[in-house]
Amino acid sequence: MEVLALLGSGMLLALEPLNLALILIGVSVGLFIGAMPGLGSVNGVAILLPVTFLVPPSGAIIFLAAIYYGAMYGGAVSSVTLGIPGASTAVATTFDGRPLARQGRASLALVTAALASFVGGTVANLLFTGFAPLLANVALSFGPPEVFALMLLAFATFVGLGGDDIPKTIFSICFGLVLGAIGFDQISGAPRLVLFDINGFLQGIGFLVLAIGVYGIGEMLWTIEQTRGEVTKMTPKMTVKGMAADTKEAAKRGWKGTAIGSFLGFFVGILPAAGATPGSLMSYGVAKMVSRTPEEFGKGSPDGVAAPEAANNSASTGSMLPMLTLGIPGSPTTAILLGGMVIWGLTPGPRLFIDEQEFVWGLIGSFYISNVAALLINLAFIPLFIWMLRMPFTILAPMIFVLSIAGGYAATRDMFDVWLMVIFGLGAFFLRKFDYPLAPAVLAIVLGPIAEPTLRQSLLLSSGDPAIFFTRPIAGPITVVALILIFLPLFKLLRRKKSPQT
Amino acid sequence: MRLGEIVTAGVLALLSIYFMWKSSELPIGYISGTGPGGGAWPFWLSAIMLICCGMIAFNWWRGTSPPSQSEEPMLDAYGWRMLALVGGGIIVFVGLVSVISMYGAIAVFLLYYTRALGRHSWTVVLPLSFITPIAMFFFFEGAMRITMPTGMPFMDPIFDIGYEIIY
Repeated sequence: MEVLALLGSGMLLALEPLNLALILIGVSVGLFIGAMPGLGSVNGVAILLPVTFLVPPSGAIIFLAAIYYGAMYGGAVSSVTLGIPGASTAVATTFDGRPLARQGRASLALVTAALASFVGGTVANLLFTGFAPLLANVALSFGPPEVFALMLLAFATFVGLGGDDIPKTIFSICFGLVLGAIGFDQISGAPRLVLFDINGFLQGIGFLVLAIGVYGIGEMLWTIEQTRGEVTKMTPKMTVKGMAADTKEAAKRGWKGTAIGSFLGFFVGILPAAGATPGSLMSYGVAKMVSRTPEEFGKGSPDGVAAPEAANNSASTGSMLPMLTLGIPGSPTTAILLGGMVIWGLTPGPRLFIDEQEFVWGLIGSFYISNVAALLINLAFIPLFIWMLRMPFTILAPMIFVLSIAGGYAATRDMFDVWLMVIFGLGAFFLRKFDYPLAPAVLAIVLGPIAEPTLRQSLLLSSGDPAIFFTRPIAGPITVVALILIFLPLFKLLRRKKSPQT
Repeated sequence: MRLGEIVTAGVLALLSIYFMWKSSELPIGYISGTGPGGGAWPFWLSAIMLICCGMIAFNWWRGTSPPSQSEEPMLDAYGWRMLALVGGGIIVFVGLVSVISMYGAIAVFLLYYTRALGRHSWTVVLPLSFITPIAMFFFFEGAMRITMPTGMPFMDPIFDIGYEIIY
């Protein structure tokens, strides 16, 4: 009851005129920043951090949290409409969101994404409200072996569940991981894999460089070549009645993915260093695994949009938990929020819930209000996003190229990275021709820098004994499930070979 | 397609070997007291890549993958032309960034694509090619405080006007 009273007062604080205005502005700004390829919640929060000094700390954090929420909703927009995941958290949304848009069902994809994001955010808020201190302790029990096991599981979902050519899928994962290792060795600090001794590689290859190259350039070239210039425009339906029908269909065909993403995303999100990207990927994999029609995934399944979208929203709220309760940021954006809190004179950690009750519950209350505001604002803007798809393809295509190059530069501020994007784009075009799945490489470049140090730390802890991944109570079952998924195609192959004999 | 698949697998195998060689500049084994060497992670991953290339070649030989069963050319005349016009256009676009600035290059690229490839009328092409870079200038430089490449010195007077409006 005490929690409900505190939450009620928090919501009232969030509904004060100034705070409500900040939520509406923050969500709208976040939505457009998130929808822009190359820009994500990190940019929005970092750029607008100085603005928050004009308002009280509670209003400031509410504003930044609203931007964060809006940006998480916005990530799906570029994935669906442009086919470019604006942030790593929205990569999995592209798998089914883009095919739906190509079928003229962008409205269904966007409505599904919005509803799933809302449900994911709400479930995360309820879990946050009810179990914050308890979950913080669970998160603390995740050491390097557990995090590495989780990363292994994320990759395993691709190998075990993908219908693609298995050697090509594994190649793609390893290629992404190797690209993620370019630059410096994180532990010794020595330069590593400086390809052709070009100094530009010293700074490493970021996720966006590969993602924009693959999706913004490679995928577009492939589409132009495949359609033989016959695609003039997509004509998605956009009427109030059509949107209502899409909402009904999204609820009917996307509920399972939403439920999986909401809970799994939150759990992965609360783990320091994991975050929304593995959460959204694993939710997609699990949704496909439990689906009665897994063959529809990758071809435009609403469940395939709902699972990662529910997960990335749920995980963004989840990543606030270790930040507030332990002072450990779960994502780059929460790291900036943490910095902001310190500047405003607040000390994140276990004492925050006791010493700054009004602030904490005002923030949690604002999560609920921001979530509702983000849903409504997002739904209101869907016609605008759909309108973009009605443009002739010969205008949309160069606009996507321009946004890819300008957005890519904006994210890295380096022309070397822009050239790399072009090279990756051309390479991706040829690899796509030969059925190499490229999404695993894009996700691997994000997860690699988390997976490698945790593997090395784990092996250091066990003096080189890999049994550490099997003997620990949390890491053990996760590793076993991951290995089963990795070897699943081999078991299937052996069974197929055996069955004609029997 | 059949020839293309094995050539691609061969190129990727060479790339894997190159990655293995570059990774081995750092220790690739387990070092007592410090854990796996700095080159171990990329080296062994590249080794898996090489094994995968071998498996892709084996599948090609067995003719189990769709590209290995296809006798169609990888790209026909239209495909090569498209690649030259669109892919080449993107390369020229990026090359122009350091000469006539990001915004100048955007204007030229949009003009080229919408007029030469899209065959749109000048009433569509001109406003699109000039309004887009101006809008992007105010978005990136003004709202987001992100400075894009300004090109060679002869572009400075144009940027001075823009910066005067923003600041």
